[in-house]
Amino acid sequence: MNIVVLVKQVPDSGAERTLSRTDHTLDRAGAELVLDEINERAAEEALRLKETADAHITVVSMGPDSALDAIRKVLAMGADRGIHICDDRLHGADLLTTAKVLAAAVRTVADVDLVLAGDAATDGGASAVPAVVADLLALPQVTHVRQLDVDAGRVRALRETENGQTTLDAPLPALVSVTEKINEPRYPSFKGIMAAKKKPVDTVGLDDLLPDADGFLVSRTRVVEAVPRPPRAAGTRIADDGSAGRQLAAYLIAQKLV
Amino acid sequence: MPEVLVLVDHDGEHVNKSTYELLAVARRLGDPGAVVVGTPGTATRLMESLARYGATSVHAAESKDAAEFLVTPAVDALELAVRDTSPAAVLVSATTDGREVAARLAARLGAGLLIDAVDLDSSGVVTQIVFGGSYTVRSQVTHGIPVITVRPGAFEPEEHPGEAVERTITLPVVDPATSARVTDRRTAPAGDRPGLTEATVVVSGGRGVGGADGFELVEQLADALGGAVGASRAAVDAGYYPHRFQVGQTGKTVSPQLYIALGISGAIQHLAGMQTSKTIVAVNKDPEAPILDLADYGVVGDLFAVAPQLTREVAARRAVG
Ligand SMILES: Cc1cc2nc3c(=O)[nH]c(=O)nc-3n(C[C@H](O)[C@H](O)[C@H](O)COP(=O)(O)OP(=O)(O)OC[C@H]3O[C@@H](n4cnc5c(N)ncnc54)[C@H](O)[C@@H]3O)c2cc1C
Ligand SMILES: Nc1ncnc2c1ncn2[C@@H]1O[C@H](COP(=O)(O)O)[C@@H](O)[C@H]1O
Repeated sequence: MNIVVLVKQVPDSGAERTLSRTDHTLDRAGAELVLDEINERAAEEALRLKETADAHITVVSMGPDSALDAIRKVLAMGADRGIHICDDRLHGADLLTTAKVLAAAVRTVADVDLVLAGDAATDGGASAVPAVVADLLALPQVTHVRQLDVDAGRVRALRETENGQTTLDAPLPALVSVTEKINEPRYPSFKGIMAAKKKPVDTVGLDDLLPDADGFLVSRTRVVEAVPRPPRAAGTRIADDGSAGRQLAAYLIAQKLV
Repeated sequence: MPEVLVLVDHDGEHVNKSTYELLAVARRLGDPGAVVVGTPGTATRLMESLARYGATSVHAAESKDAAEFLVTPAVDALELAVRDTSPAAVLVSATTDGREVAARLAARLGAGLLIDAVDLDSSGVVTQIVFGGSYTVRSQVTHGIPVITVRPGAFEPEEHPGEAVERTITLPVVDPATSARVTDRRTAPAGDRPGLTEATVVVSGGRGVGGADGFELVEQLADALGGAVGASRAAVDAGYYPHRFQVGQTGKTVSPQLYIALGISGAIQHLAGMQTSKTIVAVNKDPEAPILDLADYGVVGDLFAVAPQLTREVAARRAVG
């Protein structure tokens, strides 16, 4: 089985994130960049499949030079090879361009059975790149999955959204995106980290993937203005002396919230 | 006036409130055309409500497949409706399904996609709040027909009664090799509480609530206030409360009039989902908890004492009227 895992490097969500003053894109220079946690879970799901079936795992990431670290981490977890899409012309790519480029990269992998992705990027992703990649590759989209079964050429999955749960069924090849509830990802072992350094990673650019993309558009939208919102400040603070619930009620009544 | 297409969110019998919000905001750009994707007969059932909230046309895309396959039928329907009407924009609610429908549509049209709009002006400029409330951004589409997902609860529904003309869209047969089939559906019990993203009051519990039993106390306060219940990821991970109630970066973004955090420390990823709330109240026994640094009203105390007392006070006040 051939599995492709799409992974993204994002600024650490535990730290402050800023937009560049010049073009309103994410300020990467000032950010601590990490492999998005959700993608570790997508990779973990691929590795679990590899434990039960003969599988080859390709990790794909589109991003600047630093995205190689994200790829290496998944290789250290146990994936077999990487494709790093790195091209200055992709700076500020919108969702459609990102999905087109990722879909083109998936096409370079022979006989893909399964594409795995995270269901939402923590850097303000649209939670829709996987669905668009599926559309572009004419694969069934099996997204927001918290439980996955791949067997006898089919995928059965439990999709969880705000509306409840649905069971999905689709033939392979298919695209699956996972939620943070699907598994607990493994840590790379020391041996894995050492082995990852020798695993092949192809670096490709736009011309390799979309050679005849005429009228290439990096984005179909434009930010007119970006204004930082003032941080919130603390208001009243009390320590409970046995009457805090009553005081709080009085506050809510005064604020006309009750 | 050009048409503005709105994808109708419904359960087969009723139109969801978020669709009425879309119809209201669509009028800023043109005449709202409602696209109903469902099993045969759905559009007829929904017609009257849609017309009452301002739809001037209803495009019925009906087939047996519509409910059996995930997302694809809605994308197909909107794509056909766009080719038919050349609308000024397409609006879809920013729900999990809605985001995917909108993005796939934009991809097929080669058009610009704007996500999670909280405001929209008549020139098509959209306001978004990004990075968990740290920036307000205004953006516009530069190529193609704007496809916009709108945050539920960002606009008020408005009645605008009129006649709607009915049109038919003939959906293509779905290819089962390229679409996932929905074989079973367990709809989340609707319950009596308002939806998390639409509620004007949200009461959330964190790890400090201590267990699934403790969440009863969170629910009681929410019910006294007529609000929704939310949870931190730590509470969800520990199995105290279901995942769909998670508030934060990887959960729901809420922006109610009042947000009450019980036993939640206030990690940056939690704040990302609630810091645009109008008023924030926090009860935490640790005076150092970061949530207290942004609470409009912070109580340092035991939630098991404070919350029930507050619930009683609110209930008593409500009883008086
Ligand atoms: C990529 C990523 C995404 C994430 N996404 C989310 C997200 O979407 N939503 C989210 O919530 N978190 C998210 N997190 C997790 C987040 O970092 C925190 O771990 C989580 O929010 C902590 O939840 P908590 O405040 O309930 O628990 P804790 O941090 O353990 O806090 C519990 C609090 O309860 C207080 N307490 C205990 N007992 C009592 C009592 N009897 N009375 C009063 N107070 C009491 C304690 O003082 C403490 O402050 C994410 C993390 C990562 C890395
Ligand atoms: N630049 C990228 N490179 C590789 N994968 C990506 C990229 N952007 C998004 N993805 C994949 O799509 C998922 C959802 O992202 P998003 O739709 O942006 O929220 C991520 O978890 C990744 O699996």
